[in-house]
Amino acid sequence: MSAGPLLQARGLRKHFPLRGGVLQRARAWVRAVDGVSFDVRPTETVGIVGESGCGKSTLARLVLRLIEPDAGTVTFDGEDVLGAPPPRLKRLRRDMQLVFQDPYASLNPRLTIEDAVAFGLLVHGTPRAVARERARALLGRVGLDPRLYGRRYAHELSGGQRQRVNIARALVLDPRLLVLDEPVSALDKSVQAQVLNLLADLKAERALTYVFISHDLDVIEHVSDRVLVMYLGEVVETGTADELARAPKHPYTQALFASAPTMDPDRRMERPPLAGDPPNPIDPPSGCRFRTRCAFAMPRCAEAPPAPRPLGVGHEGACYLYDAEPAAFIRARTS
Amino acid sequence: MAVTTALPGELEAPVQAPMSYWRTVGWRLARDPATLVAGGVLAAIVLSALLAPWLAPYDPNAGSIRVRLASVGSAAHLLGTDEQGRDMLSRLLWGGRMTLVAGLTPVLVAFGLGTGLGVLAGYVGGLTNTLVMRTMDIFYAFPAVLLAIAISGALGPGLANTLISLSIVFVPRVVRVAESATVQVKGLEYIAAARASGAGVAAIVRHHLLANVLGPILVFSSTQVSLSIILAAGLSFLGLGVTPPAAEWGLMLNTLRQSIYVNAIVPALPGVAIFVTSMAFNLLSDGLRDAMEIRG
Repeated sequence: MSAGPLLQARGLRKHFPLRGGVLQRARAWVRAVDGVSFDVRPTETVGIVGESGCGKSTLARLVLRLIEPDAGTVTFDGEDVLGAPPPRLKRLRRDMQLVFQDPYASLNPRLTIEDAVAFGLLVHGTPRAVARERARALLGRVGLDPRLYGRRYAHELSGGQRQRVNIARALVLDPRLLVLDEPVSALDKSVQAQVLNLLADLKAERALTYVFISHDLDVIEHVSDRVLVMYLGEVVETGTADELARAPKHPYTQALFASAPTMDPDRRMERPPLAGDPPNPIDPPSGCRFRTRCAFAMPRCAEAPPAPRPLGVGHEGACYLYDAEPAAFIRARTS
Repeated sequence: MAVTTALPGELEAPVQAPMSYWRTVGWRLARDPATLVAGGVLAAIVLSALLAPWLAPYDPNAGSIRVRLASVGSAAHLLGTDEQGRDMLSRLLWGGRMTLVAGLTPVLVAFGLGTGLGVLAGYVGGLTNTLVMRTMDIFYAFPAVLLAIAISGALGPGLANTLISLSIVFVPRVVRVAESATVQVKGLEYIAAARASGAGVAAIVRHHLLANVLGPILVFSSTQVSLSIILAAGLSFLGLGVTPPAAEWGLMLNTLRQSIYVNAIVPALPGVAIFVTSMAFNLLSDGLRDAMEIRG
């Protein structure tokens, strides 16, 4: 096993043009992802959390090169993903797969589910009979009896069953990395638990590495080893799931955890949770993007964006509160 | 007496394979009364047109001055004769061939060409899309009748030119439907999933895109057949389509129109034929649209 990270993203950026006018020229840019860097080590689960619209899904698609980034690099097991020519990219795609959020839009309504799962293998040249056999075996593994469900169409299945099909489809190529984009958000709580358990079992069985995207803090805390907190296209804090839950440092992370309903009275916070909506990503605030909603905003927050700084072992945050002046932070907290 | 006892194997969950999509559509079509009636009428019209050489009692182009404008139900001519004494039944049977060819061919051409261009524009997007779609918009800007008349007028009369001009009328319409269906399907996650598994454009279009856009394009095209029949007949009526003495329903309507005061029923016959045929196509496309709306 290689010692380095399995997946390494550096300075990923994607700005989507908003076109208008007769000539369809870009009139504004939506800064969906703005300079995101992170590492994923083999067999760990990295959670990415943030409000809707903060760029989580775009980030997932950038990493898998389903969208071409404007800047940045992605390295998978030492190989450059973004510069890979088509044949090498096709091979790389076997190793990195994606499970989508919407269990309805993510399955072709005209394919039986065994064909949907087998498609990936056919693309890579596996004979049809072999591909179908493997697809059926994998359907069985994710809890769908292929004799009962193999020849069915997606619309005949429930949301949870469809999500199992999606997982089977992602796994059929024996990937090493699975990017899960809100895989349980569209499901009922009870079904969520089943799918999460299935994902945990599969991870252990196949030594998989997960990038798990969700807006649900409970889920993220439950599944992740390390967590990235995103706000408006930027990573504001990274750390182990335990540490972030126990001692969140960035005011946004604090607010996120404060706004999550909790059964534990020790974790209830007095401070009001986040108010208002995130600012428009077309025209984000200057300096620190969170300052417009931050309880501790200082004049310098508007001047330049804070760089990420270490806040502990494997813990980083981008906030001026943790500069050389801890007194300012303490004053702010107690006031 | 055979006693039916279930064998152990039969008690297990039935491995019933659900019908494929197109078989389901066919099954639903076959159970819709309006579709069955329209289909029956259409089958009769198509068959009679195909079998015209054997069914027609007279030569459609040979007439006799002495039996001009015989009324419907006369002894020798079941549906009467036209202004030149030609047998109406024979001419209607032969004319059906022309009208059906002129109605179906442009739509088939438009279906093929329009799907290709629309899927290309929709899937590739960007500059290709702009080029294809703006070019189509130029044709789309003219009303169908005006465009057909203008192109036919420029090309001159004749069946081939009618087919060309009507194809030009229908291609842009199909391209629009194909493009919008393609853009919609292209954004769905199963297409992204196929890309993530390493599939190339050809495989994605073939296995994931076409199957999901052909339905709406087919339904739209089928609604255009009746319009095409009427336009083809209209071009002939104006003298821009099939040339005399060939039998074609629109042309027959034109040559008989002065006789309407002498014998009102005979000149109406080609009109009735056009109406019934286009109506049958309309009902059939309605049935097809309903049958293809399958969602769990």
